[in-house]
Amino acid sequence: MTMILGMPLPVLTGQLLIGLINGSFYALLSLGLAVIFGLLRVVNFAHGAFYMLGAFTAWMLGQYLGIGFWGALLLAPLIVGLVGAVVERTMLRRLYDLDHLYGLLFTFGLALLLEGLFQHVYGASGKPFSAPDAMKGVVRTDFVTVPIYRGWVVIASLVLCLGTWALIEKTKIGAYLRAATEDATLVQAFGVNVPLLLTLTYAFGCALAGIAGVLAAPVFQVSPTMGSNLIIIIFAVVVVGGMGSILGAIATGYLLGIVEGLTKVFYPEAANIAIFIIMAVVLMLRPAGLFGKEY
Amino acid sequence: MIVAEDYESVAESRRPHPAQRVLVLALIGALLLLPLWIYPVLLMKLMCFALFASAFNLLLGYGGLLSFGHAAFFGGAAYVTAHALKVWEINPEFAILAGVGAALGLGLVIGLLAVRRQGIYFAMVTLALSQMFYFFCLQAPFTHGEDGIQGFSRGKLFGLLDLADSMTLYYVFAAVFVASLFAIWRIVHSPFGMILQAVRENEQRAISLGYSVQRYKLGAFVMSAGFAGLAGSLKALLFQFATLTDVNWHMSGEVILMTLLGGIGSIAGPIVGAGLVVTLQNHLATSGFPVTTVLGATFIACVLLFRRGIVGELRHRLPAWRRK
Repeated sequence: MTMILGMPLPVLTGQLLIGLINGSFYALLSLGLAVIFGLLRVVNFAHGAFYMLGAFTAWMLGQYLGIGFWGALLLAPLIVGLVGAVVERTMLRRLYDLDHLYGLLFTFGLALLLEGLFQHVYGASGKPFSAPDAMKGVVRTDFVTVPIYRGWVVIASLVLCLGTWALIEKTKIGAYLRAATEDATLVQAFGVNVPLLLTLTYAFGCALAGIAGVLAAPVFQVSPTMGSNLIIIIFAVVVVGGMGSILGAIATGYLLGIVEGLTKVFYPEAANIAIFIIMAVVLMLRPAGLFGKEY
Repeated sequence: MIVAEDYESVAESRRPHPAQRVLVLALIGALLLLPLWIYPVLLMKLMCFALFASAFNLLLGYGGLLSFGHAAFFGGAAYVTAHALKVWEINPEFAILAGVGAALGLGLVIGLLAVRRQGIYFAMVTLALSQMFYFFCLQAPFTHGEDGIQGFSRGKLFGLLDLADSMTLYYVFAAVFVASLFAIWRIVHSPFGMILQAVRENEQRAISLGYSVQRYKLGAFVMSAGFAGLAGSLKALLFQFATLTDVNWHMSGEVILMTLLGGIGSIAGPIVGAGLVVTLQNHLATSGFPVTTVLGATFIACVLLFRRGIVGELRHRLPAWRRK
């Protein structure tokens, strides 16, 4: 068997793959966080809760309406996005003129509310959610064993990330969004409906978290606390990458996922805290983050 | 900046109003008599959290820094105190000192990293670092993981006062509580506190006046961590128990809520807020109603409807309270 750095190759690639999958979720979530922060200047603490909401919506669609994975993958993000839009319209928009910390505090409260509600109704234990039948097998080669579903998650998240990047950088609505990020008042003066743009951006960011939740449902279990555990890691990712750049958020997400996966191989005790240690080191060396601009 | 809009101005806050002195003395008197009517353990729990929230408010209300990681100091000190009592079997006063010392050390390390960023990034960094500490506590052998440290006796304070008696413990708590609040009040009104508030109001101007802003922020952070640690040590002493709950990020959120609900940037605010949140939790614990959801809803209501907090709103609405 091939050995690299004293590790059998399949073990190494297996952990790399797990790292890549975690990284896919880190990238999707930190991307949504960056898009929302870029325009709204709100650090969306509820991002983890929306991710959980996506997973739970998928589970509920299957449980109560008999809708399968693919239907849920389409519907759940729409529902989560709609919830996000309602939250933005009714509450969040009152906080734009205040210190940014109030947005963080508000969304923190929202996260507690959602998590508590689901925990109350569905209990703390995880709910199993199975991958579609067509993706249940594994692909085996000499170097690596890839469960098909996990491979699909990595590809889907890459497509979503790059698609979002293209939407923001290459389309007209993306140009409006970038312009509004620079100077919202001026863009409004040009006749762009900025309040609508804000609502759509928040809804879009939440929907991205919702998609990530649906994708995650078969990999991890669907549980009320799945989001809050993740959001803290995402914050560390965002501190490392800086929220100024879309591609930066994506790259940092994958990178830290892979580093975390590799830590599991070489020093498993530190796997939980690897990302936080990297964050601390980055703070010492480059306080603004790898791709960061300070706001 | 995230502060109550009408906090006391520097000049008028130097000297307490005579009516305020009377009020403070009356409150201390009430504190001494309350255990005659109210279950002392509940009162002591209230004091722990009031002190915790006051420590947090020292940083947020006067330094303008929102820490999302204060549970690390609270829970970390609780662990050290519990460990000291159980394994080292030292006197409770030394066990508390050890807890506070640990919180100060941890505060220095986290603070050194966190003050490098501002605003929301500061909040995220403190949250991430305290989560790292949580994972450390989860895995380190001396914390006993999910079981926590339990089954130790409180010992004798100075080798004389037996703290197993809850009334003795109550008066020790009351003394420490009043002394700590006085210390926080002194810090806020000291030259250090004034400069800290100046940094909060206008960091650039404070820098241009020649103050090394980072040091003042770090100083406030470490002091706040120390008082949070004292609160945690007292809690461990009271319940003879130290668990992961105290280092969890939920605890950091709770202390933010207490401070926000009571009112940021006043001495009374966090105490009122802590009292309300603890009472609410006690009520909800038996009602079967989801505590987290209620706390979340309270959070949202605070941020949307009364950002000054209860004490701040009262001050704002009752002009007589605003001493001119």
